[in-house]
Amino acid sequence: MKTLKTLALGASALAMASAASAEISDGKVKIGLLTDMSGTYSDLAGPGAVAAAEMAIEDFGGTVAGAPIELVTADHQNKADIAANKAREWGEAEQVDSFAELVTTSTALAVYEIAKQQNKVVLVSGAASSPLTNDACIPSGIHYTYSTTALANGTGKAVVAEGGDTWYFLTADYAFGQALEADVTKVVEGAGGKVLGSIRHPFPASDFSSFVLQAQASGAKVIGLANAGADTTNAIKAANEFGLVAGGQSIAALLMFITDVHALGLETAQGIQLTTGFYWDMDDETRAWSEKFMERTGKMPSMVQAGVYSSVSFYLKAIEATGSDDTDTVMEWMRDRPIDDFFAKGGTIRSDGRMVHDMYLARVKSPAESKGPWDYYEIVRTIPGEEAYGPLSDSTCPTK
Amino acid sequence: MTTKLGYAVALVLLLIAPFFLYPVLLMKFLCFALFACAFNLILGFGGLLSFGHAAFFGGAAYITGHAIKVWGLPTELGLLAGAAAAGIMGLAAGMLAIRRQGIYFAMITLALAQMAYFLFISAPFTGGENGLQGVPRGTLLGMVDLQDNMAMYYFTLAIFLAAFWLIARTVHSPFGQVLRAIRDNEPRAVSLGYDVDRYKLQAFVLSATLAGLAGALKTVVFQLASLTDAHWHMSGEVVLMTLLGGVGTIAGPAVGAGIIVALQNLLASGPLSAWVPVVLGVIFVICVLSFRRGVIGELRAFIQKSF
Repeated sequence: MKTLKTLALGASALAMASAASAEISDGKVKIGLLTDMSGTYSDLAGPGAVAAAEMAIEDFGGTVAGAPIELVTADHQNKADIAANKAREWGEAEQVDSFAELVTTSTALAVYEIAKQQNKVVLVSGAASSPLTNDACIPSGIHYTYSTTALANGTGKAVVAEGGDTWYFLTADYAFGQALEADVTKVVEGAGGKVLGSIRHPFPASDFSSFVLQAQASGAKVIGLANAGADTTNAIKAANEFGLVAGGQSIAALLMFITDVHALGLETAQGIQLTTGFYWDMDDETRAWSEKFMERTGKMPSMVQAGVYSSVSFYLKAIEATGSDDTDTVMEWMRDRPIDDFFAKGGTIRSDGRMVHDMYLARVKSPAESKGPWDYYEIVRTIPGEEAYGPLSDSTCPTK
Repeated sequence: MTTKLGYAVALVLLLIAPFFLYPVLLMKFLCFALFACAFNLILGFGGLLSFGHAAFFGGAAYITGHAIKVWGLPTELGLLAGAAAAGIMGLAAGMLAIRRQGIYFAMITLALAQMAYFLFISAPFTGGENGLQGVPRGTLLGMVDLQDNMAMYYFTLAIFLAAFWLIARTVHSPFGQVLRAIRDNEPRAVSLGYDVDRYKLQAFVLSATLAGLAGALKTVVFQLASLTDAHWHMSGEVVLMTLLGGVGTIAGPAVGAGIIVALQNLLASGPLSAWVPVVLGVIFVICVLSFRRGVIGELRAFIQKSF
């Protein structure tokens, strides 16, 4: 009996010792990347985001703290249930340590729930909605690249400051569009501007002519597009046909990516103001990385793709420094240190999971101004992170 | 005899499956299998092509999620609430839709489902396009913790088997016979004195309720309800599952659901991940062109021919 007890004690001591020395769980670091590979967002995230994550891992040499890094990817098809299913499976059966990318807010929220239960790190880059760092926040989630708050603050405030003080909204008639309109209205009125009205269009819509005509007739200086994706590009095409910009009004797209501009062409997109978290042609560092990305994928990176590279690199750095892939250890390390790379200079991760970094207000160049392929943006202003994302005290995250 | 043997083998496989395959994936399969079987009840046996079953599936998913998460109902009652809501929706939709036949019936169900979809996208309780997230799984009768995947699997399996039995029983009952008579020759069923509309409506409501039960179950399994469940793609997917497995066979839709769920899952992380819709489309075309009776239908024909 006594020997049995000793044996049991010895065994448990041994088990504890081995657990302490094997800081990297299962001897490898596994990152699960969920993105939209074939749908609406595959251009701004999708295969490019996978390439960005692969680049981050390669640039790290393929190993971290002596353990190999593995990347698994899946197409969540913008469906929350597929994302949740994959994330759960990866976490339970395939020892995935963290989840990355997650375009489309519903999939990000679904994976947040799984990550909360399994205590895994989530590096959100593609999803936009601010609930991720408010009511739905989790201690191990980082909302890395941008958010609807930053888009509203960035574009709304800056445009009013430049004299665009009367606004009219073209709003997608569902929760996201309405929330974005409400956010921007607050910002515009706070900055001394005036909202003359808004028109709701069904989601999704293809014919924007009547909406654009109404916006044109409103006489507002700025037409705010509170929609996304194909709705935004279709609205811009219609605005172009009716000569909205040529008539002296300007368009503020509240959610637009460089890939959208690329798809529209400068002829159509010129003059649009937008907020972005990253532009490839900022300085030598951004250019160097973006050229590498271009070589690999044939396209310049969107802010989402650059954000994936930056967030995965920072996560790997944390593992390298702490020698552990334990979620709490890694999160603590990341929260305590500024992010300094080509993507974010002096970015910090707040306790509500928000990665605060500078945003940029950009104006799309005209074909005459553009000097080459992908030379699309003129950076009008750098929006300091604090201003773009608002103070931490505004966050309704319960664990902040 | 072969059918009974087939069912016995399938039951054993379902009982031991979670020890070899990932339980959550199996639960997803069971939910869609139930959805497809419920759909087949009116397509295969009633001859009514509904293109709006996603509304019942998704509607029940939202009601169940809301009932469990916000009202704090126990899991079992939440499931019942979802199924009952789907039944009521089915009654309302059915009363309008069964007045017409063929393409008009399909269009009316589609139109009603689209109305439901726009209701879900703008109603505050559904969370819009973010979906209803973080629904707790709760406990079974206050005793078994359903957070455990194994417990949840056997709970799901029990519900699936009960519903499957109910469908099989309905199909083989006098009610099912009349339904088939209506499908094959409606004027004749009328001339025999059957109140055709009442039979159709009953079948429609039963189908909607069971489709709702499937959606409700899916909410509990995945702990979320999203717009995907209510989108018309879902109505299309269930048609695909039913046709692929074998329309008008009892087990066919379940097999079809298994094939689709397995494919979606396998393809999602393979090299074909950008091609999932294309692959499914190709399979659908092949199925319609070369084996119209579906997997189970062809199998049955083969067995009948050979033995």
